[in-house]
Amino acid sequence: MSTAIELHAVTKLYRRYAHRRQFATLKSALISGSLVRDLRPDETFTAVGGVSFSVPTGSAFGIIGRNGSGKSTLLNLIAGITKPTSGEVQVNGRISALIELGAGFHPEISGRENVFINGVMLGLSKREITERFDEIVRFAELEAFIDAPVKTYSSGMYMRLGFAVAVHVDPDILIVDEVLAVGDEGFSLKCLDKFSEFKRHGKTILLVTHGLNTVQKFCDEAVWLDEGQIKGQGDPRRVVHMYLSDVAAAEEKLLAAEDKKRVEATTLDKTTPRTGSDESRGDGEPPEDMFRASEGRWGSGDATITNVTIDGDDGPTHLFQSGDQMTVRMKVTASVPLDDFVFGISIFNTEGICCYGTNTDIEDFKSETITGDGEVSVVIEHLDLVEGTYKLDVAVHTREGRPYDYHRLLHTFRVKSDIKDIGIYRPRHAWTFTPNIRFRNGPGE
Amino acid sequence: MLANLRELVRYRGLIQTLVTRELKARYRGSVLGFFWSFVNPLLLLTVYTIVFSVVLPGFRGVEIEPYALFLFCGLLPWTWFSSGLLESANSLIAGGNLIKKVVFPAEILPIVAVLSNMFHFFFALPILGCFLLFYMRPLSLIELAWFPVVVLVQLMLTLGLGLVLSALTVHFRDLRDLLGNLLTLWFFSTPIIYPMVMVPAGGKFIMDLNPFAHLVISYQEILFYDGPFGHWRWLMALAVASVALFLIGLALFDRLRDSFAEEV
Repeated sequence: MSTAIELHAVTKLYRRYAHRRQFATLKSALISGSLVRDLRPDETFTAVGGVSFSVPTGSAFGIIGRNGSGKSTLLNLIAGITKPTSGEVQVNGRISALIELGAGFHPEISGRENVFINGVMLGLSKREITERFDEIVRFAELEAFIDAPVKTYSSGMYMRLGFAVAVHVDPDILIVDEVLAVGDEGFSLKCLDKFSEFKRHGKTILLVTHGLNTVQKFCDEAVWLDEGQIKGQGDPRRVVHMYLSDVAAAEEKLLAAEDKKRVEATTLDKTTPRTGSDESRGDGEPPEDMFRASEGRWGSGDATITNVTIDGDDGPTHLFQSGDQMTVRMKVTASVPLDDFVFGISIFNTEGICCYGTNTDIEDFKSETITGDGEVSVVIEHLDLVEGTYKLDVAVHTREGRPYDYHRLLHTFRVKSDIKDIGIYRPRHAWTFTPNIRFRNGPGE
Repeated sequence: MLANLRELVRYRGLIQTLVTRELKARYRGSVLGFFWSFVNPLLLLTVYTIVFSVVLPGFRGVEIEPYALFLFCGLLPWTWFSSGLLESANSLIAGGNLIKKVVFPAEILPIVAVLSNMFHFFFALPILGCFLLFYMRPLSLIELAWFPVVVLVQLMLTLGLGLVLSALTVHFRDLRDLLGNLLTLWFFSTPIIYPMVMVPAGGKFIMDLNPFAHLVISYQEILFYDGPFGHWRWLMALAVASVALFLIGLALFDRLRDSFAEEV
């Protein structure tokens, strides 16, 4: 099989100006005596570092990665808009790059004239455009507006026209950067249909997108780019999986860091909690509506929760799949022996709605004594919450509700789910159908 | 270098389309539309004629009649030259979207800026023709044959400067502001509003170094003054220099080309 695109150890450095350079002007360049020296980079940033891969002719190739991982730089290099600092880019065939739709449209002149200009810019001859003109306009669904100035177009019309011209250039290689992300549902589907048609005709497609589903369904091969390096390459499902677990790990790190910062920044406040209604109560009084209090930590301090961890199956984590097991562990220290104490937890979603709350008193544990250090664990066997970010409150207080130590909204966890159901709680459920009701993918899928 | 020139020839269709677009887009939405190409130079001419006939009548020194015609011979080419340079200096930055998103030779942008201004110059020529008819100037065909040559030399000179300026402006944005003032200075150092004979002996040297002075003198000798076209030696020298400048401009542009997509 022949290759459409081949990259050999491609590196692209961007220069980053030191502060001194940032304001470099002609005057200073003339005074320091060298125009050429100022045009040379003095500090560089590696956008793409030593990337090699080849794209076989007729395949759909996906590039995924975080924002700023060098995807667009790579596309620019392949499209020939920028040149690699070192390495080699080989392209066999005519490229059409959908990097920005309608680049070069002039707002003042009509759609018709812009189609011609854009077409010429993308490498078509006038005759070729005339031949394809009707098809382009039909594809863009702009028959009624083609003679109006482009500035009167809606952004959707603008995009459709840009896309229509670019795909009718009849390229051997189509480079697509994120255009699917900007259109409405109908337009996205139309784009995908057009790409499938391209593929059927044996053309090569290079796709950069955050739509991982598209990559999995549509691409034959994918690379995962991270900080300008290839982190994974091969079967799209596998690469997407690798990428997702890396994203999850980064998310976990971020949530953990945020929680740590929040907990460290909060000290035990021995006065009453701040509530939405700014009433002052006496020291140690139970707050009127604890759920409306803002983030913080307060209580008398006779007993304190010194550490809170949320465990999943494999130890401490902040990320759960809906239905996973979750264990909340609290390290507790009583500075004086106490006989009146209640442990409680509650879970809030981002809207501040209490999804669930319970404590030992409600569940009829009769407190006897607590002395010194101890640990309290709550095991939630199935965390049946819908996808979202949740906050956890933990507390130890008297039966009357006077807090010893109340952690309000200090701990975070995130629940993920492949099923995007709505609400708060996902009751365990199953669908059954009589045989006359059928689904294409079967009930098991 | 040769490859660059060949590339330009290959993209002549795009250049043509873009120049047409510029000409079409410029006056879209205005009431007079395309007529501005004629009205603009007339208004400019009126302003200068009023200034130097009514406000500062003594400024001209020697009597040149008809002054409006004399002024027109220099003012039209100058308008092409100065707006061409200003627009091409700005062209890469204004067309940044294109340079970043579409693969095509960027030198097309300053070239289109110069060419579209050349067409505005051409559109104003009929007015100049009317003036010549109105004042019944005797014109010799041999002299008129030089006219396209002068235009060609001016084109090469403007293109060369335009290429250099556009490439440098990407890196030194200061040039855009500087250029406007430099051009004003240049305008007054060129015998457009005053005749060459008014220039003192010491200034003659500066005039000789001023490439645009030679162009203006050529235009004036061909269209305004009687007698044979005596400035052709200077014009030929300038032609050689302009072609050299154009090639230098292309080379410099090519040298800096890879930085454009990153800097605009």
